[in-house]
Amino acid sequence: MAYEDDDPPLSLHLPRPISEPHLRLDPLSLSAPSAAHRRASSTSHPSHDIPLPTPAVRHGSRAESERLASSQPELADADARLVIVGDPGRTDPHLQLAGNAVRTAKYSPFTFLPRNLFEQFHRVAYVYFLVIAVLNQLPQLAVFGRGASVLPLAFVLLVTAVKDAYEDWRRHRSDRIENNRAASVVDSRDSQFRTKRWKDVRVGEVLKVFADETIPCDMVLLATSDPTGVAYVQTINLDGESNLKTRYAKQETTSRPIGDAHPFAAGLIRCERPNRNIYGFLANMEIDGKRVSLGPSNIILRGCELKNTAWAIGVAVYAGNETKVMLNSSGAPSKRSRLETHMNRETLLLSAVLITLCSVVSICNGIWLGKHRNDLELSQFFRKRDYSDSGENYNYYGIGMQVFFTFLMSVIVFQIMIPISLYISMELVRLGQAYFMIRDTNLYDESSNSKFQCRALNINEDLGQVKYVFSDKTGTLTENKMEFRCATIRGRDYSSGKVPLQDNGGTHSVLVGDRIWKPKMSVKTDPELVALLQSKVETEQGKQACEFFLALACCNTIVPLVVETADQKQKLIDYQGESPDEQALVYAAASYGFVLIERTSGHIVVDVRGDRQRYDVLGLHEFDSDRKRMSVIIGCPDKTVKLYVKGADISMFGVIQKTVNLDIIRATETSLNAYSSLGLRTLVIGMRKLSRNDFEEWQSAYENASTALIGRGRLLRAVASNVERDLHILGASGIEDKLQQGVPEAIESMRQADIKVWVLTGDKQETAISIGFSCKLLTSEMTQIVINSNSRESCKKSLQDAVAMSSKLAAISPDSENISRGTGSSRIALALVIDGNSLVYILETELEEELFKVATVCDVVLCCRVAPLQKAGIVALMKNRTDDMTLAIGDGANDVSMIQMADVGIGISGQEGRQAVMASDFAMGQFRFLVPLLLVHGHWNYQRMAYMILYNFYRNAVFVFILFWYVLYTAYSLTTAISEWSSVLYSVIYTALPTIVVGIVDKDLSRRTLIKYPQLYRAGQRDERYNLKFFILTMMDSIWQSAAIFYIPYLAYRHSVVDVSSLGDLWTLAVVVLVNIHLAMDVFQWNWITHASIWGCIVATVICVIVVDSIWMLPGYWAIFHIMGTGLFWLCLLGIIIAGMLPHFTTKALTEYFMPNDIQIARELEKYQKNAATTSEIPMSTLSQLL
Amino acid sequence: MGDSTSPSDGPAEPRRKSKKPKCLQQELPACKPLLTPMIVVTTFALIGIIFIPIGLASLSASEQVVEIVYQYDVDCIPEQSQNDKVAFIQSSVTNKTCTRTLTVPRHMDGPVHIYYELDNFYQNHRRYVKSRSDKQLRSKASEKVTTNCAPEATTSDGSVIVPCGLIAWSLFNDTYSFAIDSKTIEVNKKNIAWQSDKEHKFGNDVYPKNFQMGGLIGGAKLNANIPLSEQEDLIVWMRTAALPKFRKLYGRIETDLDANEQITVTIQNNYNTYSFEGKKKLVLSTTSWIGGKNDFLGTAYLTVGSLCLFLAMAFIVLYLLKPRTLGDPSYLSWNRNPDGHY
Repeated sequence: MAYEDDDPPLSLHLPRPISEPHLRLDPLSLSAPSAAHRRASSTSHPSHDIPLPTPAVRHGSRAESERLASSQPELADADARLVIVGDPGRTDPHLQLAGNAVRTAKYSPFTFLPRNLFEQFHRVAYVYFLVIAVLNQLPQLAVFGRGASVLPLAFVLLVTAVKDAYEDWRRHRSDRIENNRAASVVDSRDSQFRTKRWKDVRVGEVLKVFADETIPCDMVLLATSDPTGVAYVQTINLDGESNLKTRYAKQETTSRPIGDAHPFAAGLIRCERPNRNIYGFLANMEIDGKRVSLGPSNIILRGCELKNTAWAIGVAVYAGNETKVMLNSSGAPSKRSRLETHMNRETLLLSAVLITLCSVVSICNGIWLGKHRNDLELSQFFRKRDYSDSGENYNYYGIGMQVFFTFLMSVIVFQIMIPISLYISMELVRLGQAYFMIRDTNLYDESSNSKFQCRALNINEDLGQVKYVFSDKTGTLTENKMEFRCATIRGRDYSSGKVPLQDNGGTHSVLVGDRIWKPKMSVKTDPELVALLQSKVETEQGKQACEFFLALACCNTIVPLVVETADQKQKLIDYQGESPDEQALVYAAASYGFVLIERTSGHIVVDVRGDRQRYDVLGLHEFDSDRKRMSVIIGCPDKTVKLYVKGADISMFGVIQKTVNLDIIRATETSLNAYSSLGLRTLVIGMRKLSRNDFEEWQSAYENASTALIGRGRLLRAVASNVERDLHILGASGIEDKLQQGVPEAIESMRQADIKVWVLTGDKQETAISIGFSCKLLTSEMTQIVINSNSRESCKKSLQDAVAMSSKLAAISPDSENISRGTGSSRIALALVIDGNSLVYILETELEEELFKVATVCDVVLCCRVAPLQKAGIVALMKNRTDDMTLAIGDGANDVSMIQMADVGIGISGQEGRQAVMASDFAMGQFRFLVPLLLVHGHWNYQRMAYMILYNFYRNAVFVFILFWYVLYTAYSLTTAISEWSSVLYSVIYTALPTIVVGIVDKDLSRRTLIKYPQLYRAGQRDERYNLKFFILTMMDSIWQSAAIFYIPYLAYRHSVVDVSSLGDLWTLAVVVLVNIHLAMDVFQWNWITHASIWGCIVATVICVIVVDSIWMLPGYWAIFHIMGTGLFWLCLLGIIIAGMLPHFTTKALTEYFMPNDIQIARELEKYQKNAATTSEIPMSTLSQLL
Repeated sequence: MGDSTSPSDGPAEPRRKSKKPKCLQQELPACKPLLTPMIVVTTFALIGIIFIPIGLASLSASEQVVEIVYQYDVDCIPEQSQNDKVAFIQSSVTNKTCTRTLTVPRHMDGPVHIYYELDNFYQNHRRYVKSRSDKQLRSKASEKVTTNCAPEATTSDGSVIVPCGLIAWSLFNDTYSFAIDSKTIEVNKKNIAWQSDKEHKFGNDVYPKNFQMGGLIGGAKLNANIPLSEQEDLIVWMRTAALPKFRKLYGRIETDLDANEQITVTIQNNYNTYSFEGKKKLVLSTTSWIGGKNDFLGTAYLTVGSLCLFLAMAFIVLYLLKPRTLGDPSYLSWNRNPDGHY
């Protein structure tokens, strides 16, 4: 367990599962984990004779399990699942319990079609498509032929369906493999273990799992190869944590002989209904008339692997899709990107344009009909009346109806004004972008072998617009690889400051038999301290030092694992534990000669400088966030009983005996302050010798508390607090939480890019500030505004002071414009430091506004001692009050709420498990990857996506306007000169590929330039690439181009013999060539893929037109060949291209030269300053280290 | 960039990296075009230099085309029927022959194309363009396929009309004959339709059937003994025009026409364009590589060309007046003096 609030027990901060109606946890119990204690079962072996050795039946167990169990007096039967151990037949006969067969596949061959279609039509775009296609089927409205109107929708649906089917087939296959794995199950007839397939395992059956096997379903442990019922599991498949977790079988079941007929048959387990909380389990077991409570430490979950345990026997309680791992396999969170939100605004505008066009056409049609109403009967081309019959009107329903039909038909004809294909293109582009991000070696963390992960596929472009980064500290800015740095023993500071530390790794190894056991990691030691331990053990200081390191070696929950190495004679001791702090302490103790060799439930073996000693662990009070300390009670070989306590300084100074050795306490405090200002995490270690009376008193209280059925956690906490008093101070340790590689550089880059970095940490203020300095977030020139308040009023006052101060400072600054640029050196930079206590009074009150004001003028904000929900609150504060994009990055479970709250959530796949990653949109290995991710990929993605959206709008608008111009010359009757197949294929084949390719591969600037000039990132923050102005300009351009495309041939062919199809083919080719050339003109980098796609698309269009015109059934038969044979055609085409592109080209030339933006300048720099690149080699090389 | 760390990773790592194709790291060799002053000015100048000659060439081509246009729709109605032209044209007893004399303005090289031009006739009207059956036109076997042909799909007794549909029904039926000095000029009506249409679109086994038998006569009748593939007037008519004002080829005069020759045209004014105020014109025209007489394209090319030349000049002036070093970092927004220009 960690001793800073930064990493409290995981279960505390799991995001509240959304659908969890059955888990009725007392909220109080959640926030107050109880002390650890002996298991209730240990009472069955009352060994009150002191000093020991007591039978090895007692062991510290995971605190939460008991807490959950004890604080939940009764599991209501209505909410419970009853499992009869060993009898699947009688287990819960009323309920249809799922078998163990899992089904991740969504569809079966029969349900595929309806279900897949149903899911696909959840997209509004597809519904729009469908409505149009259906409208087109009405005979009065049939604009396109049946095939042509349904084809695009069918095509898109088919592609998606094939993709889904393929994925589902793969899931089916993996399901099949998974379901047919073998498990060893007790056969209820003869009580022998038989091999059974996983899918046949049923709830209530008793299973046996062997070492390194995967657990087939969630099962309650009954017995293990360890006589005390311990089993170790690796949960890497479940939550990604690679360290071993300890699980326990209850004492009541471990002792039963195996092979006995129905060995566990008497058991009845009552457990909660299946839910997705992998850190919670609530159940009890009735066995032999006793009721035993079960918690999360008694259950092993599907997907875990059994390690370091020969076998384990358990009873299946949740199977198949009801197992926790399956319930947790939900998809990535879905967010919508900023650009897409803006895009929807423009889509609405386009809808308005569409409706306007349709209204214009239908009204004109009405007027035309009205003007010619007397002519219509005889006009050969209209033929209102059906003369062959009774003289009724033929397909004519009066002007009103005609106008109405015209309106609907024009919607069908102009439908692609709303670019449906854009949605599909965007998804493809994001997929491609994600692929390149994943494959980017700069985002690959070699040290942890973790790849970049794109979990959310629809917010790639948001990465280019981030303005605020909210970062966790531990594990995000720092490595969360704790390293013991220095210690204070008996008030004397042994820190590295004076003498350089020695690296004497490997000196302390232990000889076991003929093998040498060596701790996996060695810690640099202080020579003075080593000398003290070696030579002056007899002095008071020496004794204290021994006690200190013994305390470090004992007072923890670390399990030493012995790992074989390549060298036959050598084995490595790997200390496994859930708290990196404890690991660091144990490794430190080992380096100083106190090597923890063995830990069982009842005793530990410590090699004290070559002398192996066995200590009995009589009791263990686990860490909890109330006490902020943990303790063990140890029976020493010399028959004394000692209590070792370690904990956070504040909590420890409260329980230390202050009457004696005041100097030592003072000296220790001084060192502690020094340590924190170095950014070290500190722990205070204390001890007390327990007298016989003390021990007996404690023991009986402990036994009572452990066996209590109600309020067990509270009782145990009370017992712990009772015994942890009058401590004698041993010393304090300083653990370095090493800064991750490249963090200061990354923060500097982000500062230049105008990204504000906020650090939200659970750490102490001093630690937070010192880390802030070491990662260059804070500088000595900055003015710090510190808000530490304990009441609303003082909070309000300090905020108001801060506002006043900031405005005063802003007034001093010469140019307020500089604030946003962040470059004015004369400006006094502000840093806000605020703690969690103050935030309690600020968040969700009217003071939020004040905080917002202060925070926005500050360059840096540090929030310390904040709770997970407060982290989310701060993110929400900024997100709700500004339009700026927020990004949260963190690695721990306590960051989950913040990650989910922010616009972009990034998880660090680091030491603290995978909750953050599972809740994130993107996951990566290191904080410094934010720089290439935001500055390079984010910039590219934003730029590409912004351009792609605008281009798609433009491209479809050009086409629609051409159709519209032509309709004006067809008596508003919605004839299209462009053949219906070309209309349909236009956005699918003729123009789709280049924009997708450009959206994936085009780069405005190279990676180097973007890293070198982080300021270029500001373009995205300013919405420079996509805004209403751009949209309107693009639309105006599209109107001009469509006019050029339409009117040049119109005027050229005005009195000629040209037919509809030929002119239509000219228009088709002209529009395709023009929009592709428009794209070509905007491409930044031409590589062979771009060339192939753009020119290839034009060629493909020509081929398609030729193919369509080679079908004799269509009216346009052979038209393309006729028109292509004339000079007029080619002159028109050339004229259209030049005249169409002229405004775009001219404005581009003008703006790029006379009003260049930063990106333009940087592009020129890239091109013309090749020689300058060599001179900038030095800064570049430092930057390359950053990557 | 990541390469700086790779040497320490042992031999396996760099090999894996070098294997990685450049395209995965998005480092493909690429050309990065920039609109430099040179390129901009050259482009404009080049367009101007190319466009102006093309414009001049097309103008002169258009100029060489000799065209005689004669609008006869009102002219060919006798004085007494001017008030009710529709009745005149619908009547089966009135004499619709109309003889006029046209003067050849310049020498016309043969072949001289004869067109009729209709205005305000929406051959591209949605009701109209759809009203045909391409299957029926192509083969006898599909004779009964008359989808979309209503109301000219079947006769009142239910037998199919071949060719069906409004387009065929409304076939133009004015005829022209020409004479110079009372000597009839041969009008060649062969090969006025597209060869591809004759061979593949209109079947040589499809004969007109029940055509123009309905209550309203739309236009010409067809000789039921000639297969559709030979009915070139129909084939021409059925290539529906793109715009409401269109010409269709009527035939050719293979001989030259000399300047100032008087051509006597005898027009059978049968086609009813009066009900929708359509205009009818007779056009005699020579052709050039640019098609018929049309000054638009030449003018357009000249305009665009000179505009581009002007832009080239303008850009040169601008570049000289406000020069800027390309790729000068001092133009970057964060390097600019805040109280300086821009």
